[in-house]
Amino acid sequence: MAGKKHRRSTNRQQQKQVTPVTPQQETTAAGAANQQSSSKAPRPRPEAPRGSVDRARAASGAMSGGNDVGRAVGGGAGFTPANGSAGSGAPQRPQAKRPGINWSDAGILAVIVLIIALAVIFFAQPIASDLQKQLGIDLQGGVSLTYQASQLTPSTPVTAEAMNSLKNNFEKRVNGLGVTEPDIRLMAGNRIQVELPGFKDPDQAVKTLGTIAKLEFKTEGPDGKTDDGPVVLTGADLQVAKAQIDTSTNEPEVALTFNADGTKKFAQATAANVGKQIGIYLDNQLLTNPMVKEAIPSGNAVISGGYKTLQDAQNDAVLLNAGALPVQVQLLQNQSWGPTLGQAELNRSLMAGVIGLSLVLLFMLLYYRVPGIVADLSLIVYALIMAGIYILFHVTLTLPGIAAFIISVGMAVDANILIYERLKEELRAGKTLRSSFDAGFRHAFRTILDCNVNTLIGACVLLYFGSKMLNQEIMGFAVTLIIGVAVSLFTAITFTRLVLHLIVGSRLVTNPKWYGLHKWNLASALGRVPNTQQT
Amino acid sequence: MNLIQLRKYWYILSLLVIVPGLISLGVRHMNFGIDFTGGSQLQVQFSRPVTDTEILAVLAEQKLPADSEIQMSGSNEALIRTQALTTTEDTNLKNALQQQLGAVLPVQLDDMVGPAISAEQMRNAGLALLIAFALMLVYITFRFEFWFSLAAIIAIFHDILVTVGLASIFWLQINSASVAAILTIAAYSVHDTIVIFDRIRENVKQRKKGEPLDDLINHSILQTLGRSINTVMTVLICLLALILFGGVTIRDFMIMLLIGVISGCYSSIFNASPLWFDFKRLRGEATASR
Repeated sequence: MAGKKHRRSTNRQQQKQVTPVTPQQETTAAGAANQQSSSKAPRPRPEAPRGSVDRARAASGAMSGGNDVGRAVGGGAGFTPANGSAGSGAPQRPQAKRPGINWSDAGILAVIVLIIALAVIFFAQPIASDLQKQLGIDLQGGVSLTYQASQLTPSTPVTAEAMNSLKNNFEKRVNGLGVTEPDIRLMAGNRIQVELPGFKDPDQAVKTLGTIAKLEFKTEGPDGKTDDGPVVLTGADLQVAKAQIDTSTNEPEVALTFNADGTKKFAQATAANVGKQIGIYLDNQLLTNPMVKEAIPSGNAVISGGYKTLQDAQNDAVLLNAGALPVQVQLLQNQSWGPTLGQAELNRSLMAGVIGLSLVLLFMLLYYRVPGIVADLSLIVYALIMAGIYILFHVTLTLPGIAAFIISVGMAVDANILIYERLKEELRAGKTLRSSFDAGFRHAFRTILDCNVNTLIGACVLLYFGSKMLNQEIMGFAVTLIIGVAVSLFTAITFTRLVLHLIVGSRLVTNPKWYGLHKWNLASALGRVPNTQQT
Repeated sequence: MNLIQLRKYWYILSLLVIVPGLISLGVRHMNFGIDFTGGSQLQVQFSRPVTDTEILAVLAEQKLPADSEIQMSGSNEALIRTQALTTTEDTNLKNALQQQLGAVLPVQLDDMVGPAISAEQMRNAGLALLIAFALMLVYITFRFEFWFSLAAIIAIFHDILVTVGLASIFWLQINSASVAAILTIAAYSVHDTIVIFDRIRENVKQRKKGEPLDDLINHSILQTLGRSINTVMTVLICLLALILFGGVTIRDFMIMLLIGVISGCYSSIFNASPLWFDFKRLRGEATASR
């Protein structure tokens, strides 16, 4: 460690001697000298021709105002003690040597910062209110029920068709609950999940969904109406109902097929009620009230004449099948969240998130200084993009999702840290700001890619198993992590790179000190070995 | 100071955390939530202060098992965990709580998980971890080399053992979100380890003749140390803010993440790279410098 310190101080001495006299030493290992000479070019290319250096020097002398800005931002103290004292004590010489500010790069930079600031000011409120509408059931309160469908009798397997009619059946019943956006979906393993956001009464939900619809065939009662007539058949007697077009009349109709029991009962009922109506009721609501034309002993009947379109017939067929589900359902999971819990939890967690993120922004700013500003801007852009994706794709916000967002912020910050640490190393190794930036970015990017691909692998496995485990929480977590990693990778290679490039190019800040090479560097205090003599 | 030469102590330090955790796991298992055990869970707010004995009395009256768990948070909020309730039992219990103890209906949280679903959760969680391990192993072998991937996987395994062990000691509730936490920890651990391995790989390419491998690894760890510490700092800041100021329902989840992230940072520096050195040494591709 002592040897290293010694080596570094030798460097400094070289700089002291070299800098004022021969600023053109492109290839020396002396960092600051190299950097100052190259950044003197009008365009920030280290290999700029000498002539342009002179012109730039003349131009910078003329634009004294610009120089003042540059120094104000860059700070009076130079990288080496010798230059630093010159900067504050004798302004004339360093001013002549200071590279001019590249106003076009600085302008673009200013525009970018302005756009981000405006975006935050104008979009923060609408984004928040939009996201408020996408709260998951755990945050806004509601009921989630998971049912397992199983076969009614050993001879009737649970088919996809049966599951679809179960879904239709549930949809019809949920509509009666007055929930604005119910979500009913079929899951693997013959399961069905019903989510009722904002619905407060789990007991009513269970009652409404839990019982199989009662399908009844009623004959006319004493008053000639079927609604309170005797029940002659039930849903258990019906095997299947199918919509079809009568080939002779071209009219839509519903074909009923009864099972063995039903065939007998239906034969009796029709024989006794020729010319009268047999009403078909689902949960005591009249579906259709067809007239019996003749006795039907075969177990196959057709309801015709009442349908305008095939779709009408289809709807009735679905409902009839729903009442005669060939499955039985069993409640597997019943979760309900009171709205107060969700709201209080959300507020607390959001506040915690804001505190955490602010501290991270502050930490980055204090530790990395100028790149820290870039990191903070990147994080804001990252958050804006994430919010945009959430709104665009209606990603549901859940508690684990928010947790995943915070982890992904950590990974987005890590991408920045990797780049800046690398940038510092390259600066320490004696490269110019510009080539440090290029090399640092190139090296860091490979690392960032490997890390993030691995996280993606983990998150994809999580997503797959979350869907298998019917676990909305895990799925929400995984989806957020996947989006977060992808967006963080994207902002690192586009935005962070662009802004850092512009800052270096604009020469607003040229002193390596402001790129994190300051004294209280944690790593160097712990005995970092500098990355010397590298290309 | 050479971190690699001190590796014996780093391994011992890891064992000092893992072994008590394993003992706790063996003796009193884990605090499995209803996601895994099956059962019902109610979070109830009361209009007046109540005690857990009062609640247990109501449970007993409803003929619910005496080993039902009551977890008070404050004097008028309780989390009740009991066997899987049928809809009728659930309604009866809530009504009894309302009438006798002034429970506020609807309750804040009412979960029922059938036992069938939970056995499956367990199996799937284990399978998810194994598949994630296998895929990461393949990826690191493809991008780096096999011995790197083996060291990285052992480091993940270390972090999971540390987290699970400490979760058992601190009696953190294990639910399906904990599976997410474990997988996140695995992902974070690899993430951290890869950064260091990436640097070792780079330095190996530029290795000077005669430079001992442990010096090179030590060098690489120190080069990336600033990044390792700063990254874990930023994640810890976020997690601590959420644990201290965030909602209660995610607290155990966040504490698990906190443990795992710290362990992940430790293992990537003090376990993974020394392990890789030991692999190389055992294969005769490296010797200790002193």
